[in-house]
Amino acid sequence: MMLARAWDSDLAYNFRQSKVAMLSALVALILVVAAAFAPLLAPHNPMDVASLSLMDSFKPPIGMPDADWSNLLGTDNQGRDVLSAIMYGMRISLMVGLLSVLFAIVVGVTAGLLAGYAGGFVDALLMRIADVQLTFPSILTALLVDGVITAVLPRTMREGLQIYVIVFAIGISIWPNFARTVRGSTLVERNKDYVMAARIIGVPSWRIMLSHVLPNVTGPVMVIGTLNLGLAIIAEATLSFLGVGLPPTQPSLGTLIRFGDDFLFSGQWWVSVFPGVTLILMVLAINLLGDWLRDALNPRLR
Amino acid sequence: MALLDVQDLTVEFPTRRGILRALDSISFSIDTGEILGVVGESGAGKSLTGAAIVGLLERPGRIAGGEIKLDGKRIDNLAPEQLRRIRGRRIGMIFQDPLTTLNPLYTIGRQLTETMQTHARLSDAEAKRKAIGWLDRVGIPAAAQRIDAYPHEFSGGQRQRVVIALALCAEPALVIADEPTTALDVSIQAQIITLLKDLTRDHGTAVMLVTHDMGVIAETADRVAVMYAGRIAEIGPVAAVIGQPAHPYTNGLMASIPSLEHRVDRLHQIDGAMPRLDAIPTGCRFHPRCPRVFARCSEEQPELLSAGATSAACWLHAHD
Amino acid sequence: MLGFIGSRLLQAIPVLLVVGFIAFALFNFVGDPVNILLGQDHTEAQRLALIKQLGFDKPFIVQYGRFLWASLHGNFGISYRLAQPVSSLIAERLPATLELAITASVLAFAIGVPMGVYTGIHRNTLVSRLFMTGSLIGVSLPTFLLGILLILVFSVWLGWLPSFGRGTVEHVGDWWTTGFTSWSGIRSLILPAITLGMFQMTLLMRLVRAEMLEVLRTDYIRFARARGLTNRAINFGHALKNTLVPVITIIGLQFGGIVGFSLVTETVFQWPGMGLLLVQSVAVVDIPVMSAYLMLIALVFVLINLVVDLLYYAVDPRLRVRR
Repeated sequence: MMLARAWDSDLAYNFRQSKVAMLSALVALILVVAAAFAPLLAPHNPMDVASLSLMDSFKPPIGMPDADWSNLLGTDNQGRDVLSAIMYGMRISLMVGLLSVLFAIVVGVTAGLLAGYAGGFVDALLMRIADVQLTFPSILTALLVDGVITAVLPRTMREGLQIYVIVFAIGISIWPNFARTVRGSTLVERNKDYVMAARIIGVPSWRIMLSHVLPNVTGPVMVIGTLNLGLAIIAEATLSFLGVGLPPTQPSLGTLIRFGDDFLFSGQWWVSVFPGVTLILMVLAINLLGDWLRDALNPRLR
Repeated sequence: MALLDVQDLTVEFPTRRGILRALDSISFSIDTGEILGVVGESGAGKSLTGAAIVGLLERPGRIAGGEIKLDGKRIDNLAPEQLRRIRGRRIGMIFQDPLTTLNPLYTIGRQLTETMQTHARLSDAEAKRKAIGWLDRVGIPAAAQRIDAYPHEFSGGQRQRVVIALALCAEPALVIADEPTTALDVSIQAQIITLLKDLTRDHGTAVMLVTHDMGVIAETADRVAVMYAGRIAEIGPVAAVIGQPAHPYTNGLMASIPSLEHRVDRLHQIDGAMPRLDAIPTGCRFHPRCPRVFARCSEEQPELLSAGATSAACWLHAHD
Repeated sequence: MLGFIGSRLLQAIPVLLVVGFIAFALFNFVGDPVNILLGQDHTEAQRLALIKQLGFDKPFIVQYGRFLWASLHGNFGISYRLAQPVSSLIAERLPATLELAITASVLAFAIGVPMGVYTGIHRNTLVSRLFMTGSLIGVSLPTFLLGILLILVFSVWLGWLPSFGRGTVEHVGDWWTTGFTSWSGIRSLILPAITLGMFQMTLLMRLVRAEMLEVLRTDYIRFARARGLTNRAINFGHALKNTLVPVITIIGLQFGGIVGFSLVTETVFQWPGMGLLLVQSVAVVDIPVMSAYLMLIALVFVLINLVVDLLYYAVDPRLRVRR
């Protein structure tokens, strides 16, 4: 019953009308499923060193001479199947991206709520920090945070914690995007009569914020979240490409591209290009969905 | 021959929920130099009529039927470029909110000269001279100095005067004034209306004065059209419509105006509200609220019928 | 107006101090500079001597003060990795980055703004749709990937353009080097400039378009139409002027993006600029370079913000009301 109502709602109608949104949702779904179930679906396991053989190295993708159907997209210099590597890599890329955005949402929404509700000094301080951070490019922030923390950690802990360091670094670089919007909405809600009524009755502030303000903020947060997911994924790929990202034992799409960069000039372009194309498709699908979501939720455009 | 002749004009808005008919087959005319008032509640279609005449309907609205003739020639089916030449030069428009109608980044002198030079070959010096003249005529003091000022440097009332100057500077034969005083202080309203009246009389310009303020109409207009839910309910000379209204709606409107002479305990009001465009009643649109409704009213939609000095779309005046 | 500039500068000082503090904190508390400078095997005596020489034995505040003072004089210390004064490293690399950044910005502006205007005015033509789709891909494309693809097509497959380095550069003045004077210098600039400018260009295009659409819906544009002004006057006079005012701020702020992406572009193309320097420094935690970079960037941002504020002031008459 609820599904039927959801299907019939304005949002869903808008979705059904937009072929672009449906197509990108489909693509995103395929990619996510491939990523999530990589261990089950991938034709090979690229992590399993024992299964690799140098005899298989540098096989080209289907369509070129010497291609092999067991390696649809070819292999790299160590014989790893590119398609499988991509599937595993997507997993990492998506996971890091999602975690970073979630982290940024938690930090950003909290900061925004606090700033909007408390006002005064807290507000000024938080927003000043956000403003200053916004003027710096997020890659720079992420790079510096990543570098500093890696330097501070003892070497032995680095490998295991690296993924959390990256999530933290990227999350820190994008939280202001959420904070500003949430603060704006909080300010609007705060001055509404029902909030003032609740305060008079004596409902504690945190409860007001959570049960009244928060629901009103979910829409914009979802839109910004989707758009920032693409940013986060690109950020992780960039950091990995620069060599300060994930360790080679857990290669993301960015790491894979980095590997393949060395072979561009010797003609084995597929090692880099296919992960690259996958990355583009993934981010494109996410961005399209985010765009559609933003237009669909925008009351002015209806 | 009338200056402006509107016949059976219909304006529709295709929406997700179906086609909404905002104007349903309205007809009226304006003679040279005459002031026609158009009154009605918000949403009755007054502003849409003006927009439709000059081809400025906002998407997705469109003219779905009828004819609009200026000086005997059709203008509703013209190509965009030809329509553009009519705007400003032959039909001018005044909008409601002087705060947002003027481009904040251009001096008012520039906005005036630009308008004039679009429609006539004038040298820059001539255009500037004429612009100063116009500012003077609309009552802006120290016009020669103020010509280079920006809109934000004027008060609301002064800005509306500038807007009037802009609407008239290309010397059109007809001016459509869409609620020109609604956004202004009451004290300024009278001044602006007087200004409009004087200028148009001096130049022989016809005016279509759209407003919801009956007082303004009484003071200014020669004839008045009362609109209701996208149709014209009554149209005729001002004195007749106000004094002996033939349509029950007009009657209700007049009765709602508080009088300075008689004290009443309760203000008169018409029960109910104007119908939404997606819920138009059958037959006469006013019939659910009409105190004099009878059977025919809910069955057939009345056209404008002669009712003494005015014409009213009401079956009370059917002569069969 | 002087008061305006003065107050903006005053506001900038706390920001610079904070950034300086962070840079200083990095300097002092991350890693062990003595170890790095002297190598692993050093005597206690050498250690003490170096500490005294570098002033590490003084109180915190004094060190902070000296750090700031030194920075003001352009003395940022010595790179751990290259054992060269950081300031001379910066002097070497800065021209490369600046030339690249300026070329990319000009490119982005010259293509992005007109495209934005066009797609704003002609909303639904085929060309518009193509541009919009292209821009969407542009925003989804990571810079480094674009660089790699460009290298693949234009260097590897077609062999038209070089894939790394600056080509032949010429020394100009005291410390500047330029690549504009040689044909190989210009050729080397093309791919990196496109890569760097692409993100900016797509962003500008979408921004200008969005602004145009907003402006074209305003009352004053409607009034302009009602006065019979030509489409040309409306689109390129009224609408464009009003669109550019908010766009100008964004361009200034987007400089941040250029700096950020120059890190990546320089890495992909091995362009010997500040970005590559930073990336290499972060990899080995070369603190002096990192903190110097941080301070420099902060300074540049403060300047950019000031320039943007001044531009706003010059363009929007409403801000000039002095009552």
